[in-house]
Amino acid sequence: MRLSYPTNLRIVKVPCTGRVAAIHLLRAIEKGADGVFIAGCMEGDCHYQEGNLRAKKRVTYIRGLLESIGVDRERVAMYNLSAGMGPRFAEIAQEMTDKIRQLGPLVKSTNAGKEVVA
Amino acid sequence: MIMAKPKKAEEIISRVKDFSRVLVAGCKGCVAICEAGGQKEVEVLASAMRIHFSQIGKRIEIDEVSLSRQCDKEYLQELADSIDSYDAVISLACGAGVQFLTEMYGEKPVFPGVDTCFIGVTEEQGVWSERCQACGNCMLGETGGICPITRCSKRMLNGPCGGSENGKCEISLLVGRDVACGWHLIYERLKKLGELERFRRPSEDKDWTASRDGGPRQIIRKDVRP
Amino acid sequence: MSATTPSRLEKIIAAGHLAVTSECGPPRNGDPEVVSRKAELLRNHVDAINVTDNQTAVVRQCSLASCIRIKLLGLEPVLQMVTRDRNRIAIQSDLLGATSFGVHNILCLTGDHQRFGDHPTSANVFDMDSTRLIQTVRMMRDEGRLLGGHQMEEGRPQMFIGAAENPFADPFEIRVLRLAKKVAAGAQFIQTQCIYNMEKFKLWMKQVRDEGLHEKVAVLAGITPIKTVGMAKYMKNKVPGIDVPEAVIKRIAGVPKENQAEEGIKLCLEQIEELKEEEGIMGFHIMAIEWEEKVPEIVERAGLFPRPAVNGSE
Repeated sequence: MRLSYPTNLRIVKVPCTGRVAAIHLLRAIEKGADGVFIAGCMEGDCHYQEGNLRAKKRVTYIRGLLESIGVDRERVAMYNLSAGMGPRFAEIAQEMTDKIRQLGPLVKSTNAGKEVVA
Repeated sequence: MIMAKPKKAEEIISRVKDFSRVLVAGCKGCVAICEAGGQKEVEVLASAMRIHFSQIGKRIEIDEVSLSRQCDKEYLQELADSIDSYDAVISLACGAGVQFLTEMYGEKPVFPGVDTCFIGVTEEQGVWSERCQACGNCMLGETGGICPITRCSKRMLNGPCGGSENGKCEISLLVGRDVACGWHLIYERLKKLGELERFRRPSEDKDWTASRDGGPRQIIRKDVRP
Repeated sequence: MSATTPSRLEKIIAAGHLAVTSECGPPRNGDPEVVSRKAELLRNHVDAINVTDNQTAVVRQCSLASCIRIKLLGLEPVLQMVTRDRNRIAIQSDLLGATSFGVHNILCLTGDHQRFGDHPTSANVFDMDSTRLIQTVRMMRDEGRLLGGHQMEEGRPQMFIGAAENPFADPFEIRVLRLAKKVAAGAQFIQTQCIYNMEKFKLWMKQVRDEGLHEKVAVLAGITPIKTVGMAKYMKNKVPGIDVPEAVIKRIAGVPKENQAEEGIKLCLEQIEELKEEEGIMGFHIMAIEWEEKVPEIVERAGLFPRPAVNGSE
């Protein structure tokens, strides 16, 4: 399968999305990403029981926090898909990229525009 | 331990928006354990603030530090060298810590980053509840180890009021969660201990002088003083 | 029981008559007429009129001022006093003020939590609870002493001391113990929470008798006529400590809307009839909430009219 997905994505690998703390999502944005999404396993399929559910809670929390400081909550998102769903990943990456492009760069003055996926 | 909950980021931001160097100071004591003002929370708040200010094009430098405690001078002393480089401090310690920091570094504006709530326990992860109001005159020995001052919404001393239903306090209807009737708990506990006689005895008036009512409190112990 | 205070209510009970009390809720403004009007409605049909003290924690004209107004009309007030809003200084001060106007009955209450009312963000006091309030009044009356130790040479309160009891609150087995505590503290009469669950009430009365409390305290059964099925449901679901059995709701719901009020009155007349036979019931406290005009009719139809005259009452 040779699937193409947007090149503006930087992938950060973690053993389990349960490893992603709230601060990691913020750091990504602070360091210049205009959006972040977590690609976790399907709900119920976490190798560590509930890592992806924890990640989901943190995403919800950070979305709320961002909104409260005037940043569009859509810049952070959680997706669930399995390792075998390559095409879905490409689709999500495209979807997220489109959404973030629509929102535009977080910091208007710079032209840095990256997206990070954990 | 002292329980606190984080203040809303926008409230904190509005306090410091006109400074150019701000220190977010956490506390590794109680507020770290209840996940309101420890190092983790400092990181998140500081990061959120940096994102906010950079988004609106404001140059405000935000630094982070977490002290072992903010209610002891020796730990606050750690800020002595750096404090002058900041225009303001946001302290995520409890109200005591915020004030002690203010006392130590008199010229610096200090703002609270948490709302200090009560003395309580961790019932389960993410659930903290009150157990003590620091009335200064502990009567737990009389009431089966359950505090009527804290656990009864009307701090009654002679048993439950008429609003207790199914072991729940009447305020349950209003606060949207089940609040246990303190006196129901005390009654069940005294029954279990075979000490219902205690319940029959009318109480004396409570002496509130050792409580908030008596004015700011202080403990001085000659045996411990240097 | 023989009367020891100038209270007319106490004398009625001491003479062995079934007492009748009712209550009047003051308005949420300073209108001087409302309390007078409500009290006049009750003039010939009750022995004493309770004035509620910011009930359900909603700000109203003050109980003490309203009691004085009733007193000046030549009627007999029962001063309801909650400890929610007063510390021991204010409590004793109000008691002395009431005494100076010849208010001879008090109902000692802790009060609904202020979160129920129209000022949910206010502070509360609860310096003492109802039991301690009872003890306080008794001490001031019998020993002429204030809590702080001051000895009164003259002007001691002359008050017939009452308390409320809710036979339907939980834990049930604690209720009689609580009553015993209030009686030991000095309560001479009890006005109960409104009764709809007759079975539970009688079970409670049996426990009261088993403890011998009916000989030490006059139990006035709380009666509240139901106006509509909506009111019955509201009390069942929203008012803490009120027990409205399903059968009562069905009964009221079972008649056309325009007849529900009459059905509610019939129900309370039946209750009064049944409770007249219950040993230890010394009278009735008829609380017609914002329906005071119905009280005379209930009293008459219940065979409790005319009210007896007692010697020496003011």
